[in-house]
Amino acid sequence: MSAISGRRRTEELGLGVLAIVIVAFGYVLLALSKAPELPPGLWGFMGAILGLFVIAHLAVRRYAPRADATLLPLVALLLGIGFVTISRLDLAVRASKRVAPTQALWTAVGIVAFIATLMLVRNVRTLARYRYTFLLLGVVALLLPLVPGIGVEINNARLWARIGPLTVQPGEAAKVLLVIFFAAYLVEKRELLSSGSRRLGRMHLPDPKHLGPLLLPWVVAIMIMVLQKDLGSSLLFFAVFVAMLYIATDRSAYLAVGTVMFGAAVVIAYKTFGHVQERIDTWINPWADRQVKGYQLVQSLYGFGSGGFQGTGLGLGRPDVIPVATTDFIFAAIGEELGLLGTVAVVIGFMLLVGSAYRIAIQAQRPFSKLFAAGLATIIGVQTFVIIGGVTRLIPLTGVTLPFVSYGGSSLVANFVILALLLRISDENAADAAAEAEQEARRIAVEAALP
Amino acid sequence: MNRAIGRVATAVVVLLLLLVAQLTYLQVVDAKKLADDPRNSRTYLKDFTRPRGEIISADGKILARSVPSKDEYGRQRVYPFGELFAQTVGYQSVVVGSTGVEKEYTAVLSGRDRSRLRLRDLGDLLLGKQQTGNVVLSLRTDVQLVAKAALGNQKGSVVVMDPKTGALIAMYSNPSFDPTPLAGHDPKLVQAYWRSLNPASPDTTLLPRAYRERYPPGSTFKIATTEAALDTGTATPTTPYPSVRSIKPPQAGRAIQNFGGDSCGGTLEESFVHSCNTTFAQVGLDLGEKFPPRLSGFGIYEAPPLDLSPGAAVSSGPVPGTFNDNKPSFALAGIGQGDVATTPLQMALVASAVANGGTVMRPHVAAEIRDDEGRKLSSITPKAWKVAMPPATAATIRDFMVQVVARGTGTAGQIAGVAVAGKTGTAQSCETCAPHAWFVAFAPAENPQYAVAVFVERGGNMGSEATGGHVAAPIAAAVLKFLLGK
Repeated sequence: MSAISGRRRTEELGLGVLAIVIVAFGYVLLALSKAPELPPGLWGFMGAILGLFVIAHLAVRRYAPRADATLLPLVALLLGIGFVTISRLDLAVRASKRVAPTQALWTAVGIVAFIATLMLVRNVRTLARYRYTFLLLGVVALLLPLVPGIGVEINNARLWARIGPLTVQPGEAAKVLLVIFFAAYLVEKRELLSSGSRRLGRMHLPDPKHLGPLLLPWVVAIMIMVLQKDLGSSLLFFAVFVAMLYIATDRSAYLAVGTVMFGAAVVIAYKTFGHVQERIDTWINPWADRQVKGYQLVQSLYGFGSGGFQGTGLGLGRPDVIPVATTDFIFAAIGEELGLLGTVAVVIGFMLLVGSAYRIAIQAQRPFSKLFAAGLATIIGVQTFVIIGGVTRLIPLTGVTLPFVSYGGSSLVANFVILALLLRISDENAADAAAEAEQEARRIAVEAALP
Repeated sequence: MNRAIGRVATAVVVLLLLLVAQLTYLQVVDAKKLADDPRNSRTYLKDFTRPRGEIISADGKILARSVPSKDEYGRQRVYPFGELFAQTVGYQSVVVGSTGVEKEYTAVLSGRDRSRLRLRDLGDLLLGKQQTGNVVLSLRTDVQLVAKAALGNQKGSVVVMDPKTGALIAMYSNPSFDPTPLAGHDPKLVQAYWRSLNPASPDTTLLPRAYRERYPPGSTFKIATTEAALDTGTATPTTPYPSVRSIKPPQAGRAIQNFGGDSCGGTLEESFVHSCNTTFAQVGLDLGEKFPPRLSGFGIYEAPPLDLSPGAAVSSGPVPGTFNDNKPSFALAGIGQGDVATTPLQMALVASAVANGGTVMRPHVAAEIRDDEGRKLSSITPKAWKVAMPPATAATIRDFMVQVVARGTGTAGQIAGVAVAGKTGTAQSCETCAPHAWFVAFAPAENPQYAVAVFVERGGNMGSEATGGHVAAPIAAAVLKFLLGK
């Protein structure tokens, strides 16, 4: 192991232990809010989270030793805050309805997926080769919830598929699969898309035959919105695609066109579909129907207000009055008990995570790696904005999970795969940089040897 | 590509900063408004989930306590005595709010009133452990039961108090209701039960007639008229009044008749004993503008400072400054009709004033605050509210009242071996309906321990044949007999 990789891994371990100490403090405080003694399972809990982190850390050490040191500890912190919040919400419900043990199990599964991804994807370029396979898998995954007998409708959205004993959200996998396809496709066509062989007024437009596949994401986004009634995923999907198209071509015209197209879709959907209209009306005035349609949002806003600057303290608020607080509304639970201090800390955590991911994209040398990393970073960033913006009434509420923080197995596993892919790209960047430096050194040496 | 990635990254960071701005708005700028919004269930959920102390009767019975429940609240408030204390102990309801002792003493019961409670040890302090307080009332279950039984199925109220301290010993109104279903947590069930109690009707069973509703007190009010006459020098006990069937007040208005259209009169004392309306209507006219200030001494124009929530209603009397324009009102006030309307509690205070040498004590239902281990933390100290008359006048009126029971209209209020002082009232409530029957009393007359006001709405079981002496006096006698062990 080289000096740089050794230093990065030591940093990672140190930051990770720090994150775990913070989470353990949260866990102890939560227990103390209910009884004047240390929680009986404290050492087991600390051992488990430390063990999970160390396993992930060792896998990085083994399979991506030169990768960025901040991503894994940031994820450990966010996931830990999420887990403590889920445990807190569990206190308010019957034993049979508790989800923290399931979340712990899914975290373990997520780490297995993380390690498997690092092991299997030894070279990120290989993914680009199977782009059409990924496209097919992505579309199948998106359509799976619509298949009778497999698809399940929960909370008025058709996002789930029953596979054996498990109910999963294939859309989470589709997110990653389609970003792989877009990155590969856009890299392949970026010359064509950015050159512009035809003129329309002041704008240069590429040949229409290349534009065809670009309509695909738009169609997919509308399908998700209409058939699955999942506004959040639809928005996320489209925003990520437009961002990637802009990055690939460097032409802001695509941003404008994308925004207009999405805007048009939203206006039409507002006029056509009741569930879209309901969401927007609730956003404009949640108090108008605060007992039914606006209930969750109003409870969420009261939660943020009741939390105030420093929060009520873990276990001392009433976040359990917000329906489904463990998933979409987990941030409101954090806001109530940890206050502005807690919510801003979590947002800063996401900023650092997303910032590190974009830095990996900028450091990448191959176009595919660049675009792919930027796409993954945008998924996390936009998804965070969409859900936090929704529960704080900055934008209309659309149900997506808060990455790594919300309860939910599919989301957790998908996000761990994203994390692994980002670390893989980061590791390659360091390898490329090292190779370049070596080449440079050799060139200088050769030049120096010349008479 | 790097330039575009940088721009997208900047855009995402800007979006996340917008979240920080919105969070700051919600959690700092708008936080107080959101937290204090009455529709924010967190505030009252806190009151419903935290431990809550007990409400205990003077004879040691638990009137309200919390039992474990399996729902989100973890606790369920129950009222073991049901309707017997519904209108005093009240209820604590997630759905329809709180009333009575539950509302008035909620800070003590929930342990929020830290000035009255103390932390036991450092551990409690570190954990912010909430200690709850128990409220012990002066009301007694046995006296409530006797009052309820004596009223039977008649609408009305019985108020019993200690005239020396203002402590209420019984305060029961019929009809009443079971408060436990209102404390339920299922909004649909609670609302259905609530509707069954006819909350919008003026005759609702939710109405605590004893202290929240006013009725014309009729001749029981002659106690106050007599006090005003004696202390303003308008009359003495021996001032003679003509024996007539009716008098016609000046200005407009109908003639005021004696009960049954009989002739009645004599000295002020005789007129009191036989409850002559003609005499007291004349006294009302003679008093004129001197009448209302004397009534203020009994607290007629103010809400008695009762420790219940919502509190006692304000009684009313003739409007000061209107004598020249409205002389009939003052004549009618002399006999407790017209503009006079009092709560049964107010009439108990009038009787108490006489019993207590002229001083009206602040009425209260709570006696003591205890901690959750039963140790006394504080007690309600008796305080004077009003001074209605000098002790000499009180003694004179007491003698009048003893005569009423001994040989006048209130003989049904007699108790063997005890001198009872009382005054009957038969009050017209409307043109065609049966009269309200009243009896106010205290006993033993020479050393009063208990003052009682009994009110029976629209004649009770006797209907239009009812009089205070026949309907209300026996109820008062039954309660006093029980209290005095006779």
